[in-house]
Amino acid sequence: MSKPKVGFYWCAACGGCEESVVDLAAGILDVVNAVDIVFWPVALDFKREDVEKMQDNEMAVCFINGAIRSSEQGEMVALLRKKAGLVIAFGSCSHLGGIPGLANLYNKEQVMKTAYKDTVTTVNESNTYPVESYKAPEGNLTLPSLWNTVKTLDQVIDVDYYIPGCPPPSSLLADAVNTILQGKLPAKGSVLAPDTALCHECPRKASKPEKVAIKEFKRPHEIIIDEEKCLLSQGLLCLGSATRSGCGWVCINGNMPCTGCMGPISRVHDHGTKALSAIASLTASNDEAEIAAILDKIVDPAGTFFRYSLPASLLHRKYEAPKEGGK
Amino acid sequence: MSDIKNENKPFEPRIVAFFCNWCTYTAADLAGTARMTYAPNARVVRIMCSGRLDPQFVLTALREGADGVLIGGCHPGDCHYMEGNYKTYRRFVLLRRLLETMGIEKERVRMEWIAASEGDRVQKVMNEMAGDLRRLGPLHLEPEAIDLHAALHGEIKPMIQEVAR
Ligand code: SF4
Ligand code: SF4
Ligand code: FES
Repeated sequence: MSKPKVGFYWCAACGGCEESVVDLAAGILDVVNAVDIVFWPVALDFKREDVEKMQDNEMAVCFINGAIRSSEQGEMVALLRKKAGLVIAFGSCSHLGGIPGLANLYNKEQVMKTAYKDTVTTVNESNTYPVESYKAPEGNLTLPSLWNTVKTLDQVIDVDYYIPGCPPPSSLLADAVNTILQGKLPAKGSVLAPDTALCHECPRKASKPEKVAIKEFKRPHEIIIDEEKCLLSQGLLCLGSATRSGCGWVCINGNMPCTGCMGPISRVHDHGTKALSAIASLTASNDEAEIAAILDKIVDPAGTFFRYSLPASLLHRKYEAPKEGGK
Repeated sequence: MSDIKNENKPFEPRIVAFFCNWCTYTAADLAGTARMTYAPNARVVRIMCSGRLDPQFVLTALREGADGVLIGGCHPGDCHYMEGNYKTYRRFVLLRRLLETMGIEKERVRMEWIAASEGDRVQKVMNEMAGDLRRLGPLHLEPEAIDLHAALHGEIKPMIQEVAR
């Protein structure tokens, strides 16, 4: 029997997800022995035409990392969806929108202006911006267009499974490949990681008080962090109670609070809102003014609680009220 | 929630109200039996304590078509479960800051302490909120999924069109 064909593709991502494929290290040889990699632009010389030539569903599975924010990415994932039996959203950006998803706090014009004009290192006196279409003497040239809103993969195409993480732990990828090879897949739409909260088996759990009460929220650079004690009980914004486990507590073991990259457990719909709720309710005060003052120390609620999940959140993006006289 | 979304009629805001069973819900009931008239824009959801209010409920209501959300709980010190209203207040403070960053006008999400006897306060708050929302206009959140077909203007096209000869 021929080996199942597998593809990897990236969209709006930093490259860390590709790194976690490579991080399989010797394990990658097992994968390579068991499957036939037919598309992986970051590592192997395949082109879009190679995908176009495939039969529908020819790939058994395609792993797609990165958020979707341009017409080119939209086209590619639509094409890959046709050619793959299973599509797996790989990594936080594809799963929940990820870091690029924070662009949803702005609109396209603001993003372009920041990138091409406002950053300190940019010199652009002639106000030159990329255009999507340009009439050159030789003819009309076009570029893919950037969308106003960054999307998760499943807001653009149908997704079968998710592997979370920023980047996803290689062990979850190896497990997923094995599960697929053995045909033991769970229900469609499942996240292929444990469904318990990170706090549940955290190595510091014993030092987490029954009732955490926080008088002062702290940022990691402001204190000497105790290496044994629950980080939340030290006033740090550790999102472990709202976040899925499966990462091996890498941040906690590095003495840093969890920023939530594995996303929510299955009972939570909006990870950021749930984390915000869980943390805010620990404020140690019943006085309205004092509550506000304590919570003011959380300077950036959107960036803190929705660091990896703004596009997947209930609001998706910053709201812009329609202009007067508009619809 | 489509009944008052008639394009031809002037805009009437839709309010989802989460009221604590022991205080605001009873007050709303009282306002009703006392025949106090107030803006009929709210759909009231009764919860056993304002502390049950998960901020996800607020955002879900906005996502599903509400133009505003009103939360009603017992006055400080009066919660039947001791701390429920304080917990909700703490969440509300941070949620309100989040909403500000997210461009949602602060009048759209409001929290009030209303005791069981304060039917007139329900009347006043409802009228005020309906007025604020009428002035702000409807909330049009961007839909969840993208219309990929429209986003790509039809067929899958080559990325950079070949230079026309
Ligand atoms: S809050 Fe953070 S440090 Fe504390 S138990 Fe949970 S994951 Fe561990
Ligand atoms: S501790 Fe939190 S942020 Fe760090 S890898 Fe695990 S889930 Fe991600
Ligand atoms: S019982 Fe009314 S707010 Fe808790």
